[in-house]
Amino acid sequence: MPSRVVVTGLGVVSALGHNRSDFWKALSEGRSGIAPLTSVDRALLRFQNGAEVRDYDPVRYFDEKEIGLLDRFAQYGVVAAREAIADAAVQWTDALRERSAIVTGSCAGGQSTEDDGFVNLYQKNIPRVNPLTIPRGMENAAASRISLETGIVGPTYTVSTACSSSNHAIGQAFWMVRSGAARMAIAGGSEAVFSLGFLKAWEAMRIVSPDTCRPFSRDRRGLILGDAGAMLVLEPWDDARARGSKIYGEIVGFGMSSDAFHITQPSPEGAARAMRAALVDGGISPAEIGYINAHGTATQANDATETSAIRAVFGKHVERLAVSSTKSMHGHTLGAAGAIEAVATLLALHHGLMPPTANYNEPDPACDLDVIPNQARSSQAEFALSNSFAFGGLNAVLAFKKL
Amino acid sequence: MSHEELTERVRRIIASAQHLTEDKVTADSTFAELGIDSLDGINILFAVESEFNINIPDDAAQTIRSVRDVVNGIAKLLDPELGGQAAVRA
Repeated sequence: MPSRVVVTGLGVVSALGHNRSDFWKALSEGRSGIAPLTSVDRALLRFQNGAEVRDYDPVRYFDEKEIGLLDRFAQYGVVAAREAIADAAVQWTDALRERSAIVTGSCAGGQSTEDDGFVNLYQKNIPRVNPLTIPRGMENAAASRISLETGIVGPTYTVSTACSSSNHAIGQAFWMVRSGAARMAIAGGSEAVFSLGFLKAWEAMRIVSPDTCRPFSRDRRGLILGDAGAMLVLEPWDDARARGSKIYGEIVGFGMSSDAFHITQPSPEGAARAMRAALVDGGISPAEIGYINAHGTATQANDATETSAIRAVFGKHVERLAVSSTKSMHGHTLGAAGAIEAVATLLALHHGLMPPTANYNEPDPACDLDVIPNQARSSQAEFALSNSFAFGGLNAVLAFKKL
Repeated sequence: MSHEELTERVRRIIASAQHLTEDKVTADSTFAELGIDSLDGINILFAVESEFNINIPDDAAQTIRSVRDVVNGIAKLLDPELGGQAAVRA
């Protein structure tokens, strides 16, 4: 018999603070963490703003030897996992460690580690590269470290599907717990985007906003990159109830699709297929969905395409559907996006309050949805979706239920 | 650099980036006619920036839809004081 899967622990480190309560406070106040960049030389970039994790001191979380082994992206994943596991008050036994899974998402892995090594090699003519470059840079570094720290010895792996990475990761973990393949899962993602080489590559794409992130607003000018780690603890509802755990909500459905259309341009059909697949997987009708945490990157292409896709899936129900992009506050955290937005969506259902689309100025006829402009709104929504649509045309959508 | 010379160089850059023969790319070609999509477009602008050692702002980049747009944009950037055509004639 498949298990109903609930989320019993949440952890998040982002531009909105170093823990889930700071994160939720900012979201519920509609407060953006986007600000002028401090970690790179802004004179070398056309765009000037980002969603950096402020006042982050690795020494608070790791000893010197661990810091040497962990790129910033992996640190964020581990910090978030520790918070989620403590939040869930998991009582580890050897049997549980053997039956638990870890699935993480990362788009880019240890970019700054690689950047530093190549500056030495190509610019400073230092012919030796740090031997820890490979273990620091690998996309699975966070998953492996979480395994080492917790002693989890079950299925542990990392998914890299650009901006859909951690929705794919959480979806896989959800299916494993639902089927009984895993008794518990730590799932989420992390990303550290602020290395000069990586930022220059994004600059060349010409989709980073010169000011801030204004999803669905007519005057939107592109995305804002952000750093984050976000992790969830998933377990069967029966287990959570038996041990008297707090429960944030249920994951009820997961849907995936590929556009098979274009390597960077999104397709409304692909996005719609993934949303429909999540609804079917969860046995939910479109009319039951009350809130969508949108992919909402604030690029011209995404927001208009996502609007068409939502209209195609929900038809007339769109009039009673609220949609917001919390990327307006925590930025686009790429491989962590699905995870940080899953946390936002679960907390929204849990608290009965939908976070807004911040920085919103004016309606765009191409994005004619109720996007909860600038101010959070109380909600009786029972079901919600969280969308992730990646470069490469790979889409992943999660469906959640309030409990 | 004359306007004709600039146009020739832009045609060469676009033909090379799109793997087209040069005769396919005329001074009057639009990006749509040449099958240039948004990703091809930013790739062409990258090649143009490298060739002329200029920086094309994102806002300007978004308005470029044809060979003529590229030529006029470069001309402006090479001499912002004078504006497009005048700069190239000089």
